[in-house]
Amino acid sequence: MARIVAGVTSSHVPAIGAAIDNHRTGEPYWQRVFEGFERSKEWIAKVKPDVCIVVYNDHASAFSVEMIPTFALGTAAEFPIADEGWGPRPVPAVQGHPELAAHIAQSVILDEFDLTLCNKMEVDHGLTVPLNLMFGTPKQWPCPVIPLAVNVVMYPPPTGHRCFMLGRAIKKAIESYPKDLKVVIFGTGGMSHQISGQRAGLINSKFDHAFLDNLTKNPKKLTRMPHLEYMREAGAEGVEMVMWLIMRGALDDNVDEVYRFYTVPASNTAVGHIILANRTKASKKPASKKAVARKPATKIKRAAAGQKIQRIRS
Amino acid sequence: MAAKTIAEKDYDDIPGTYVFDADRSRRGFHLNMFCMSLLKAENRKAFKDNEAKYLDERFSLLTPEQREAILKRQYNRMLELGGNIYFTAKLGATDGHPFQHLAALMTGSTQQDYADLMLRGGRPVEGNRSKSGKADKLKAATSKPVSKGNKRRG
Repeated sequence: MARIVAGVTSSHVPAIGAAIDNHRTGEPYWQRVFEGFERSKEWIAKVKPDVCIVVYNDHASAFSVEMIPTFALGTAAEFPIADEGWGPRPVPAVQGHPELAAHIAQSVILDEFDLTLCNKMEVDHGLTVPLNLMFGTPKQWPCPVIPLAVNVVMYPPPTGHRCFMLGRAIKKAIESYPKDLKVVIFGTGGMSHQISGQRAGLINSKFDHAFLDNLTKNPKKLTRMPHLEYMREAGAEGVEMVMWLIMRGALDDNVDEVYRFYTVPASNTAVGHIILANRTKASKKPASKKAVARKPATKIKRAAAGQKIQRIRS
Repeated sequence: MAAKTIAEKDYDDIPGTYVFDADRSRRGFHLNMFCMSLLKAENRKAFKDNEAKYLDERFSLLTPEQREAILKRQYNRMLELGGNIYFTAKLGATDGHPFQHLAALMTGSTQQDYADLMLRGGRPVEGNRSKSGKADKLKAATSKPVSKGNKRRG
């Protein structure tokens, strides 16, 4: 049986991709951002997912204003890198997992989530920047990736609740897939930022920290947040954080926060990143001594890979 | 009472913000498709060679206001007329500008001042929640009380 072992969220700021492509990651400004992902790279290298599902949004690359699908699942075998106006980013093409993607499509559509399916689609920085942050710059990405593009460009995006419930349906779909696959799901975008209008440059760290706290412990509260609140408090473009709730909905109710990182700014945006792990029966080690004391033994175990990473705040 | 032709939108109370909704998407279709055309190098060249000709020949359905906003690089006006920032940013890129140049134009700042603002932690949300001030008052009322001595002065 396939299973989701963990969820990762990460900003997907295009300037992060440009810093990688132009070899500027060593500059103090960018070092501050990339250092925050060093432990995450170690973590995912140990988890070794068989497949990643990456929830992201397209930025006028694959989709223009001609067609605006709310949820578009990539069912292709390969996703070329989009030319966003400066030539395609020099990163490997993304290999899909058509078999699992088709299974997910069939399962969630019958669960009443009416997806658009994309058998041909290019992917932009929204998807490739988080892959770089987690996997570095390999010649080939280490595992197949299933893109799930969400409309957050045209208002209204899907509600946080709808996103969370889609995550639930994806979890069900994966758990009904007969092959033994380890899946990690990414929610990308955010955190607070506004890049349009006279209010551009807005950052709300207080909102962001509360969002991260609730994402781990009280995601249901986030599912009730109206779009107006996202836009007013976290910036017009900050509303894309609803995508993180798809990731959260695909995890168990109770998760272990493996790692967290937050820094301001990367270009115009607050960078937020969190790793949440399902508590699996397969792992051998307890999450922490504190957890051992208050939880039954079967509840506190998690992926051994997560053990060396301490929860940190910055 | 006469029915309003356009419904009031709660997000219109957010200052300095043009929410790209289905109405703007409809009105800005040709403006955004023009921006989208700039993804191709040959189109960027053709546009730069003769901007007015490029717009008149290929995007004749632009409104005069949209056409003027494009030619004059009025980025807020483009948003007001249905442009979306992810699309209009392609025009900025065609001009060879980094994104923070556009942000500076939209916020009436210089690129350096805008970059410094971001390094200081960005534009604060306090005082920037609503045009009417309602949202700020509401937020203050629901937040923990702050003693008068610690109150920051704007």
